[in-house]
Amino acid sequence: MSRPRTLFEKIWDEHVVCQPAGEPALLYVDLHLVHEVTSPQAFEGLRLAGRPVRRPDLSFATVDHNVPTLAAERSIIRDPIAAQQVEALRRNCRDFGVPLFDIGSTEQGIVHVIGPELGLTRPGITIVCGDSHTSTHGAFGALAFGIGTSEVEHVLATQCLRQQRPKTLQIMVRGSLPQGVTAKDLVLGIIGRIGTDGATGYVIEYAGEAVRALSMEGRMTLCNMSIEAGARAGMVAPDETTFAYLRGRRFVPKGEVWDQAVAHWKTLPTDPGAQFDRVVEIDAASLAPAVTWGTNPGMVVPVTERVPDPQRLPSEAERGAALRALEYMGLRPGTPMQEVAVNRVFIGSCTNARLEDLRAAARVAKGHKVSAKVQAMVVPGSQAIKQAAEKEKLDQVFREAGFEWRESGCSMCLGMNPDILQPLERCASTSNRNFEGRQGARGRTHLVSPAMAAAAAIAGHFVDIRNWEYRD
Amino acid sequence: MQAFQVHTGKVAPLDRANVDTDQIIPKQFLKRIERSGYGQFLFYDWRYLPDGKPNPEFVLNQTRYAGAGILLAGKNFGCGSSREHAPWALLDYGFRAVIAPSFADIFANNCIKNGLLPVVLDDAKVAELLAKTARVEIYQLKVDLVEREVRDDSGFVARFEMDDFKRKFLLEGLDDIGLTLKHHSAITEYEKQRRASASPAS
Ligand code: SF4
Repeated sequence: MSRPRTLFEKIWDEHVVCQPAGEPALLYVDLHLVHEVTSPQAFEGLRLAGRPVRRPDLSFATVDHNVPTLAAERSIIRDPIAAQQVEALRRNCRDFGVPLFDIGSTEQGIVHVIGPELGLTRPGITIVCGDSHTSTHGAFGALAFGIGTSEVEHVLATQCLRQQRPKTLQIMVRGSLPQGVTAKDLVLGIIGRIGTDGATGYVIEYAGEAVRALSMEGRMTLCNMSIEAGARAGMVAPDETTFAYLRGRRFVPKGEVWDQAVAHWKTLPTDPGAQFDRVVEIDAASLAPAVTWGTNPGMVVPVTERVPDPQRLPSEAERGAALRALEYMGLRPGTPMQEVAVNRVFIGSCTNARLEDLRAAARVAKGHKVSAKVQAMVVPGSQAIKQAAEKEKLDQVFREAGFEWRESGCSMCLGMNPDILQPLERCASTSNRNFEGRQGARGRTHLVSPAMAAAAAIAGHFVDIRNWEYRD
Repeated sequence: MQAFQVHTGKVAPLDRANVDTDQIIPKQFLKRIERSGYGQFLFYDWRYLPDGKPNPEFVLNQTRYAGAGILLAGKNFGCGSSREHAPWALLDYGFRAVIAPSFADIFANNCIKNGLLPVVLDDAKVAELLAKTARVEIYQLKVDLVEREVRDDSGFVARFEMDDFKRKFLLEGLDDIGLTLKHHSAITEYEKQRRASASPAS
């Protein structure tokens, strides 16, 4: 019997092309996802060096960051610099033979939403993209991580990456998540505990009963925010939930190859006795619906608590950072989170804009009205999700409640398109980053789950979703 | 790519932890398709007031730090988005090295690919340097990758780690892709034995 190995080690070992003396391993990339913001300089580099894309058949592109989410604005992007960037991707894809899911196609969507949806994301493979939230795809038991533009060019040219082997961290979530506590609350809880650099240098494997019980959507939310704890990749071992999600999707194997694939995928989970470099245990029962109060995702409390008092923090550095964050956020220490009023609500992003997320938000919204003081929008993660939601009439529920219903894209997750916060606006957002200015210069972001965001839209302030009056 | 061997220059302190790449270069400047010209947007929301005037409170706007080539920062510098525009902006502004107690992984990688040296020193050493930059009007450091050390001319010396490959890569300014393409036949061999299920079905 060979030495017991972790899920990560199995994938890593299978993808080492060679290990030249004195150099890091050369790792093969099975799937390269491309978007408009981090790729133009990479394609330009290829052009200048006269290099082709080695495997256009393993590369797939979409436009998501820049695209407007109002149907009427999608065909002609008004921002000339954004339009130029989208046009550059079109030309690059044409010139180098890379398939593109463009605006107007039914496959368009946020890169980390469409990969899984199309079955491009599969267990056991390596996936990279010039985007830090590539960690999302690890939900399928793939090794997926974000890279910079130089590395994008490197992968386009060679289909490989030179990689230092990361360390492994197992996050063992014991017990089951309480009612009203979602994957988003779990991952925010984890980051709050280990910190925004708590997993730097590690690949995380999420394990335990609570993780096994998550749907694929929930696992994607969890892995998505691994980077917010510093980990380039987060993973969940594939199981029947994974296989059931993938079966029949466009790019997954069919017939006999499917059976062989599943047989292989079943060998991937971490062997009993395999060693991780570090283990963190989380008690699922201790978690509650979470809201961030500061300017990084680790600045988070249960919704039932108050804005923390910086003076009570243990170190000078933490006190300074918290004071700065509170000043930026316009919050006073000791204010109950449920008294914090919002004027914008954003339900979207690669963290929480999948069908399950929209269903959860719609269930909260049903029969209620968005507060007169709040502007709320729902931006599905992909056109396919938009269609599926409309088939279930979720769009009607949202519209009747007073939410805007948009076309797919990154939207106000980072506000590269026209969807941005105005200075000092306060937003309950289902996205992943509450950094200063992330959703718009001087805008104030609070990260929450989709149900919590919908409830905040209606109440006009944060509420504990566990006490929500559902009208379905 | 630009090589890095030794740089001697003025030090600018940015005494904050968890400086994310959204702060280093905000999203509105990522729409350009060039690699150059990002220095003007570096730390944009901190450097400029809402009316577009320079913010006199922000450290890089103080004349004593003008022309600094070394940035001294808090832990977890460069966290968040993978945007390589962050090192492009730092380099274009004039920085050749960043010294911090820790860096985010993707950012540190991106720096090395561009010849911007990320130097990890422990908290105590960084605190010592912060104190020196506050005390000395024009504080200069020599960052030496050949010797893997940082020193000033008044007795401060600190060694730093950098693995041999990255060091060689930076010292020689190697062509990353060219280096990998030397293993062309190994890649082709590898591709022959890939699992069918590793490729997207057509
Ligand atoms: S939704 Fe947000 S985090 Fe996700 S890829 Fe788009 S910009 Fe990045």
